[in-house]
Amino acid sequence: MSTIYILWLRQIKRYLRSRSRIIGSLGQPVLFLVALGFGFGPIFQKAGKGNYIEFLAPGIIAMSILFTAIFSGVEMIWDRQFGFLKETLVAPVSRLNIMIGRVFGGATASVFQGIIVLVISMIAGFRVHSIGLILLSLVFMILISLLFTALGTAIASMLEDFQGFQLIMSFLVMPLFFLSGALFPLQGLPEAMKIVAAVDPLSYGVDGLRFALTGASHFGIGIDFAVLIIITFLLLIVGSFLFSRIEV
Amino acid sequence: MIKAKNLTKKFGEFIAVDNISFNVEKAEIFGFLGPNGAGKSTTIKMLTTLLHPTSGEIEINGINPAQHQDKVRESFGIVFQDPSLDEELTAYENMNFHAVLYKVPFDIRKPRIEELLNFVELWDKRNEFVKNYSGGMKRRLEIARGFLHHPKIIFLDEPTLGLDPQTRNYMWNYINDLNKKEQTTVFFTTHYMEEADRVADRIAIIDHGKIVASGTPEQLKAQTGKDNLEDAFLELTGSKIREEEASGLDRMRMHSKMWRRRR
Ligand SMILES: Nc1ncnc2c1ncn2[C@@H]1O[C@H](COP(=O)(O)OP(=O)(O)OP(=O)(O)O)[C@@H](O)[C@H]1O
Ligand SMILES: [Mg+2]
Repeated sequence: MSTIYILWLRQIKRYLRSRSRIIGSLGQPVLFLVALGFGFGPIFQKAGKGNYIEFLAPGIIAMSILFTAIFSGVEMIWDRQFGFLKETLVAPVSRLNIMIGRVFGGATASVFQGIIVLVISMIAGFRVHSIGLILLSLVFMILISLLFTALGTAIASMLEDFQGFQLIMSFLVMPLFFLSGALFPLQGLPEAMKIVAAVDPLSYGVDGLRFALTGASHFGIGIDFAVLIIITFLLLIVGSFLFSRIEV
Repeated sequence: MIKAKNLTKKFGEFIAVDNISFNVEKAEIFGFLGPNGAGKSTTIKMLTTLLHPTSGEIEINGINPAQHQDKVRESFGIVFQDPSLDEELTAYENMNFHAVLYKVPFDIRKPRIEELLNFVELWDKRNEFVKNYSGGMKRRLEIARGFLHHPKIIFLDEPTLGLDPQTRNYMWNYINDLNKKEQTTVFFTTHYMEEADRVADRIAIIDHGKIVASGTPEQLKAQTGKDNLEDAFLELTGSKIREEEASGLDRMRMHSKMWRRRR
């Protein structure tokens, strides 16, 4: 328990101390909200789909969580390069607890980031559908955060330096985002796109979040919830296996 | 206290540690000397569970690390050759992190950290971020951290690297004291021969992954017919400079790692 706590605390401290990172990572969601939200808004409206900002905001919240979470996981490569990873790895504590502590820490920072973006969307004109469901949106933010921090950590366990980072951004993180239904409705898509979206775990996160915030859902929130939980578990298991094999 | 039998580590085809065996007794101060790239740090990493040996056996404090990693990890402290601090945390936070991981009881955590930070004269700077520390201050903090949980065995990989003579002296006195009072077993490497001569009960010299000589400093001097350890060391390992000096070595490691990934 204390292992998980101290690793969590370390991540939180590092996050809160990197003000420029927090502010920097808000630029992208704001840009997306404004450019896409107001840019595509009229077309979306004409197509009879309603208010685009309303539709988009949950997607953008999920996006900022995705990026922060993956990044918190991959941050471990820094620890390896600055040598701090050795200090945790020689300690007489279970690898699983180290991994969980790191994931909780990164996930907490990501949830925090998600909340900030939610507030920003509300300033931009987004209205939540029911105050009571805000708590449910928090649950989905937590699930998305855990899933992708675990994924980032698992990936970082296999990388020794930042050489592969660009590859991960282009071929994993960006597709996860763009194919998830964060930006467009999944109804009425070509069959191939539907399948891709259905295997993208972020789709379920976006969908759950969208239900909690706007009341509309594609998969149904029971499915969203189950898929996110199962995948997070699997990633934690795979991740801690990969983590336990790290040599420095 | 530390036993290694036919210990070998290969990185791909390259044999970094080649079938070495040695014993270190309880409360002994054991110096592990050798030129750059000889395999000292690799050996320490195997003894401390950071690397898996390619073959051979290890026993630390009577325990086999291959089977009971955490038991072994509890029994030693280590000061790494390369930096291993979190620079975004303060000195105190680094110490506290270590204390929690090693389960130092809550009520003695603070006094213990204070005692050690005072010992390395960093208590006044405890709330400073480590990134603002000088090289020597970071080194002192790493040393203090290694002793925090009262380890039975302490591994010191070039602990005095970059420290001034005053601090080196001061530090070895502390280690000597601890060794006498608490029977701490000390396993260290250094490139300062007179330092090794002064503090080590016994020395092993490793070159190209093989142990080429071992014994008390006196025995090594007698064996080579020299009157100081530096000359004895040069006699045993030759005076040719190893192509890999420290910084070049790291670059080579990076390259070899990149290569391994691509293949
Ligand atoms: N991860 C690695 N991959 C490939 N080669 C490695 C790796 N780690 C060490 N080596 C090689 O193993 C050899 C021994 O390295 P080691 O770090 O043990 O030397 P050392 O005796 O500690 O030297 P120094 O006095 O410079 O610290 C070197 O030739 C080094 O290049
Ligand atoms: Mg070394």
